[in-house]
Amino acid sequence: MGIRILLPAYLRPYAGERPEVELEASPATVGGALEALRRIHPGVLDRVLTERGEVRPHVNVFVGSESIRHTGGLATPLAEGSEVSIVPAVSGG
Amino acid sequence: MPAPRPVQAKDGDVLVLVGTMKGAFLFRSNGARARWDVSGPHFPGHAVYAMAFDGRAGRKRLWASTTSMHWGSVLRTSDDFGATWTNPEQANVKFPADTGLALANIWQIRPGPAQEPNVLWCGVEPASLFESRDGGETWELVRGLHDHPDRPRWEPGGGGLCLHTILPDPANRERMLVAISTGGVYRTEDGGRTWRSRNLGVRADFLPDKHPEFGQCVHKVGVNPKRPGTLFLQNHWGLYRSDDFGDHWFDIANGVPSDFGFPMVVHPHDPDVAYIVPLESDAFRATPEGRLRVYRTRDGGASWEALTNGLPQEQAYETVLRDGMAADTLDPAGIYFGTRSGKLYGSADGGASWARLADGLPPVTCVKTAIVGDPRKARVPRPATAKRAKPAEKATRKAAPKAKVKAKAKGKAPVKPRRKAAARPKRAKRK
Repeated sequence: MGIRILLPAYLRPYAGERPEVELEASPATVGGALEALRRIHPGVLDRVLTERGEVRPHVNVFVGSESIRHTGGLATPLAEGSEVSIVPAVSGG
Repeated sequence: MPAPRPVQAKDGDVLVLVGTMKGAFLFRSNGARARWDVSGPHFPGHAVYAMAFDGRAGRKRLWASTTSMHWGSVLRTSDDFGATWTNPEQANVKFPADTGLALANIWQIRPGPAQEPNVLWCGVEPASLFESRDGGETWELVRGLHDHPDRPRWEPGGGGLCLHTILPDPANRERMLVAISTGGVYRTEDGGRTWRSRNLGVRADFLPDKHPEFGQCVHKVGVNPKRPGTLFLQNHWGLYRSDDFGDHWFDIANGVPSDFGFPMVVHPHDPDVAYIVPLESDAFRATPEGRLRVYRTRDGGASWEALTNGLPQEQAYETVLRDGMAADTLDPAGIYFGTRSGKLYGSADGGASWARLADGLPPVTCVKTAIVGDPRKARVPRPATAKRAKPAEKATRKAAPKAKVKAKAKGKAPVKPRRKAAARPKRAKRK
């Protein structure tokens, strides 16, 4: 059972309009999962990570219901079958 | 939200491209510039700090930089006046990995000279210059400026550390001037390989050394391509002119209510004519006395006159940002500006009279203009049929200099010492 990555509506046009992507492999970390996603849908990752490879300040990434900001960032470990959600922060004006 | 209708533009029409904090709007009119069609918002929810029109090589291409607070910045184009826009899958302007930088915003898009129709530049935050040599398909960091030894000492202003002005010398392909907040003015003489700061005479009131070699907070520089050596500069406190493409700057804040402000627009046909919108101070960035006044010089900065006909003169505490003002190239020239309160004003007679073209837009970040196709097809009314405008209001006498100002309309430096503008409130944080 691979890793599922759930995409917000804004990012779906860059993933063939898919609401989620299932990775065949099982990367060990969130960073690994996102790099795997980059190989499939590079336009998604350009919008989630900066050129420095950091999650953009107003983007949140969750594993299950836990934000990776509190669990080790991109080094957060993934178990087989984990669900990773990419969610825009509730910021704006 | 349904896609906005595009504007129906034809040769000779005037376009005013308006970028805002929450999308872009396109205004179209004929040469009379009396009635305007509006299209927008394009890119709703995205900040649009830079727009441009590329009419070279038969193109009719709109450019826009769109920045999502969440998802980053890209450059987009439309070849059908906004009916469709490109949406590049991957970001088209990126810092190379070795720089360790991440793009925050794109502040300026500048098509190159007519004889090089595939050259464009864009200025970004953090302050850097990118160049495209394939019509905007790919962009490359201009390393000569990026690697400049001054870079570590540039500081972000209130808007961020941005490269916001790009002025190629139309007479010399190798020469270009850029402006950075805060870094000041930089110039290359060798096509971008090397750059030198060019801020001699420009103050930096917010630093212990008021006249450093670099570090000034230049807000905007304007030029008339017909006399590219003559530049006008709106500084973070200070109005300046250079007659040698930036080697020397001298103060021209003669008779303005404040020398603080953001935009600087030079008339498209007369290099001695320029427009500004003074703001009270950096602490209170609003039009002085609640009066919305554009100031125009017709003598290279020796004097300034207030243009008020059609502009509100009560309870109008407005702000116009550095790219919030532009001129079209018809004769008489159209002048346009947008405010942070979402109003767009236009003048079809060089500033003699003004009309409000829009209200209720999101905060306006940039205003650019274009004449579609052949400008000779623009139907500009003859002066006899044009609406008679009131004469401009003269500059406030009490703000005028005591020392006599010798005419310097032909580019000669003034002989008087620099004078201060009217009493300035206390300085605050720079932008």
